[in-house]
Amino acid sequence: MKRTPLYDVYSAYEGVKIIEFGGWELPVNYKAGIISEHNAVRNAAGMFDVSHMGEIIVSGQGSGEYVNWLVTNDLSHLGIGEVIYSPMCYPDGSVVDDLIVYRLDSDVYFLVVNASNTDKDYDWIARENPVASSGMLPDSVAVENVSANYCQIAVQGPAAEKIISSLYPAAGAVGFFTFHRDAEIAGCRVILSRTGYTGEDGFEIYGAAESAPAIWNAVIEAGKPYNLLPCGLGARDTLRLEAKLPLYGHEISAEISPLEANLSYFVNLDAGDFCGRDALLKEKEEGIPRTLRGIKMIDKGVARQGYPVYLTGENQATGMVTSGAKSPVLDEFIGLVLIKRGTGLKIGDTLEIEIHGKRKKAELVKTPFYKKKYVQSGQ
Amino acid sequence: MSNVVKGLMYTKKHEWVKIEDSKARIGITDFAQEELGEIVFVELPEVGGTYAADDEIASLESVKAAAAMYNPLSGEVAEVNEELEDSPELINDDPYENYIYVLTFSDPAEIEDLLDSDGYSAFLDTLED
Repeated sequence: MKRTPLYDVYSAYEGVKIIEFGGWELPVNYKAGIISEHNAVRNAAGMFDVSHMGEIIVSGQGSGEYVNWLVTNDLSHLGIGEVIYSPMCYPDGSVVDDLIVYRLDSDVYFLVVNASNTDKDYDWIARENPVASSGMLPDSVAVENVSANYCQIAVQGPAAEKIISSLYPAAGAVGFFTFHRDAEIAGCRVILSRTGYTGEDGFEIYGAAESAPAIWNAVIEAGKPYNLLPCGLGARDTLRLEAKLPLYGHEISAEISPLEANLSYFVNLDAGDFCGRDALLKEKEEGIPRTLRGIKMIDKGVARQGYPVYLTGENQATGMVTSGAKSPVLDEFIGLVLIKRGTGLKIGDTLEIEIHGKRKKAELVKTPFYKKKYVQSGQ
Repeated sequence: MSNVVKGLMYTKKHEWVKIEDSKARIGITDFAQEELGEIVFVELPEVGGTYAADDEIASLESVKAAAAMYNPLSGEVAEVNEELEDSPELINDDPYENYIYVLTFSDPAEIEDLLDSDGYSAFLDTLED
């Protein structure tokens, strides 16, 4: 079982609950509990150890074109100091992973990938994709899995800027989806980016693995006047669900295309070739088979991943649940469902979800369930 | 270390049973609520429903997971704790005070199969660090 560089710090906290997650031992919640941690991020601030996330550096002459070909979004306008989100697809249009790309320098791209996909992604990027496997990757392009060298700490919530500014005075100048490459926190050099996975304003801090405890403890101290709480994976999941941020293995996967997951904003079919483009273009022309929609339970119950979804009274399932939880902010049972396109269902219509063998009524609702509160770019 | 109350009977599936004449008041243990985390929904059984021992009778949904609850004694459901419909978190607050249902049991011999508090504590010791 793998542990992050912060394991010794948080495992000593009273009331921490550690679980196995994708081969890692990680806190699912601390003493306050998932709901309090969730609310801290919405109303004050929360801090997450996300050092299990993978980091892959693609560098050298031609690296920009190469990364741009690997991902579905268009990176051609990505400046140094900017960040972009994108799915990365197989040639058949299904998803290898979703990631964020940092342009650290003119020919240096820092890719942050899902923890459990890190090795798979590295193999895909370095060797297995059609360009690399056919020997068409220029020798000048280097691909390195640097995950073990980095810690990642996310500080999220309306008080995040004040907290981080007290440690790094220029934090307020870091605009949404940009970063400072040479920021300093607690005497440690870090990449400080205005990004996150909660639907709130906030920062993600990447430092050397060995500097993790110093950064963590400095943020804990700086956060005290603002009621910052350490938060676990449980709150991270309910926060991202309220904001309708996709989770690999749930809303997107090797069986679900980004168009089906309504991520077409991040699939740029008009900006040149990329891996999976032909398949996605064909899917778009022939009709995207499924669509990701939001539901609220009318009958109480938690709709969890894989539960079948039915049009009212029908016997054949029209889709499945991809994620579900009780929303702490709305105090409602919410979920995302991947259902057939063209059912004619509108917002407010009801459908049925089978929960523990019983059909329960749910209502189609607008998403995101919680309106994201990001800072404006360039603010 | 989880709280175990003397005078109650227990199962290895972490239910507690309080025998009250011909009825049994049933809930989940402190260990179970601790493992589940914050409970957000309880699917209660129907009053009047009959269940055999070890039948799945209720389900508990927490912020982390869904857990089935198994009926410890054969019988008929006499009462459910309706307070849990709106306030399932009461189980986290006090799992022994906030029962889930009351059963009129049909086979008193099955009580012999339950653990007493010492037996349950010893069982927990085999699970906890």
